[in-house]
Amino acid sequence: MYSQGLIGADGTTEETEEFLAAFQARIDREEKIEPNDPMPEGYRKTLIRQIGQHAHSEIVGMLPEGNWITRAPSLRRKAALLAKVQDEGGHGLYLYSAAETLGVSREQMTEELLSGKAKYSSIFNYPTPTWADMGTIGWLVDGAAIMNQIPLCRCSYGPYARAMIRVCKEESFHQRQGYELLISLCNGTKEQKDMAQDSINRWWWPSLMMFGPHDADSSHSEQSMKWKIKRFSNDELRQKFIDATVPQAEYLGLTVPDPDLKWNPEKNNGKGGYDHGEINWVEFWQVVKGHGQMNRDRIKARKKAWNDGEWVRDAALAHAEKRAARQTAQAAE
Amino acid sequence: MLRSPMLKNGLRVKPHKLQNREEKMSKETPLWEVFIRPRNGLSHKHCGSLHAADEVMALQAARDTYTRRGEGLSIWVVPSKSIFASDPDQAAENFEPGVDKVYRHPTFYDIPEEVGHM
Repeated sequence: MYSQGLIGADGTTEETEEFLAAFQARIDREEKIEPNDPMPEGYRKTLIRQIGQHAHSEIVGMLPEGNWITRAPSLRRKAALLAKVQDEGGHGLYLYSAAETLGVSREQMTEELLSGKAKYSSIFNYPTPTWADMGTIGWLVDGAAIMNQIPLCRCSYGPYARAMIRVCKEESFHQRQGYELLISLCNGTKEQKDMAQDSINRWWWPSLMMFGPHDADSSHSEQSMKWKIKRFSNDELRQKFIDATVPQAEYLGLTVPDPDLKWNPEKNNGKGGYDHGEINWVEFWQVVKGHGQMNRDRIKARKKAWNDGEWVRDAALAHAEKRAARQTAQAAE
Repeated sequence: MLRSPMLKNGLRVKPHKLQNREEKMSKETPLWEVFIRPRNGLSHKHCGSLHAADEVMALQAARDTYTRRGEGLSIWVVPSKSIFASDPDQAAENFEPGVDKVYRHPTFYDIPEEVGHM
């Protein structure tokens, strides 16, 4: 999810027909591909890109919420927010290690994030000006993430699938604490309920953009589906998300900011679903290309963390080397 | 997660791409594999990997990264470079001989019913 349909992924591959067919047969048998197994270069590159973008999104995703930890209105909310942000750091680490099994180093991925070469989800380039945003992010942003991550638990690449299983187990708490927070606001004063509505007005469309471009414009999707890196198309997942969340908004007594939203009983093979208005793709591509409200701030914050932490990394390595040298010397005596 | 040089007939034949990188760039923080004992009486099980300068920091990071919700009672960390893996290309010759020897299983042998459970 957090990789938004592999923007810019290069799935080109140059193996023989025979090799590709044998690989596809393994995928079709639902066998998991493991790090040392032979795999097409395009498969490897696509996964490095997708898992890397996913990991970066978790790490950058700590920033909009980290912003509110010191200002949480109660100890209960503060503890929940701290735990959630810590989980996101953990999720980033599981994902980085899954990507590393494909032969890319952590340092290389970090450099690509800081230089702007690697992308992360557009959603984290929006600001979090109010406390209600902590609720909306949990409910909508984490809700959208779950929608996408559950099928990723069955991804053909073993280390990625296993990391996603851990992430999904933990993610449910994120969504629930957010929705509970919004229930509190909606049961509060008029100002509090207005704050919740304002927050949904700002986050609804960016959350729908998290699923990536329309299927017709998602050039690398087809190969990823064939390799079972992804299991559902961007539009399918987006539709599932809308159908699940609109009733949840109604329960809160809030509305989603889409005048064209309408129940359509014909949709989803007669099970019914919502028709929705057109997404602002110009805004989407602007944010992806680095011109969102917070793109520059986010990268600045990551660069600062990396640079400020340099002496700690160096000191830890120097200490480890000194200890190892001392042990060798003692053993020699 | 496990990423190791391949072995062929006990010899290291093809170090993984990343291992080459690690030798070149000494400033990279070493990689560790993490194993966790989920409950008393169970063995440690591989659950992922992380970077740390030494074993003390690796254990601390493993605790924070992999046991935030009571996932374990004990942690092992092992330098990733110390792990060697069998070659998946040789999986057939390594493991298939173990599959076709039915006489290694108790059900291969007929015992008369009147003897009772054995």
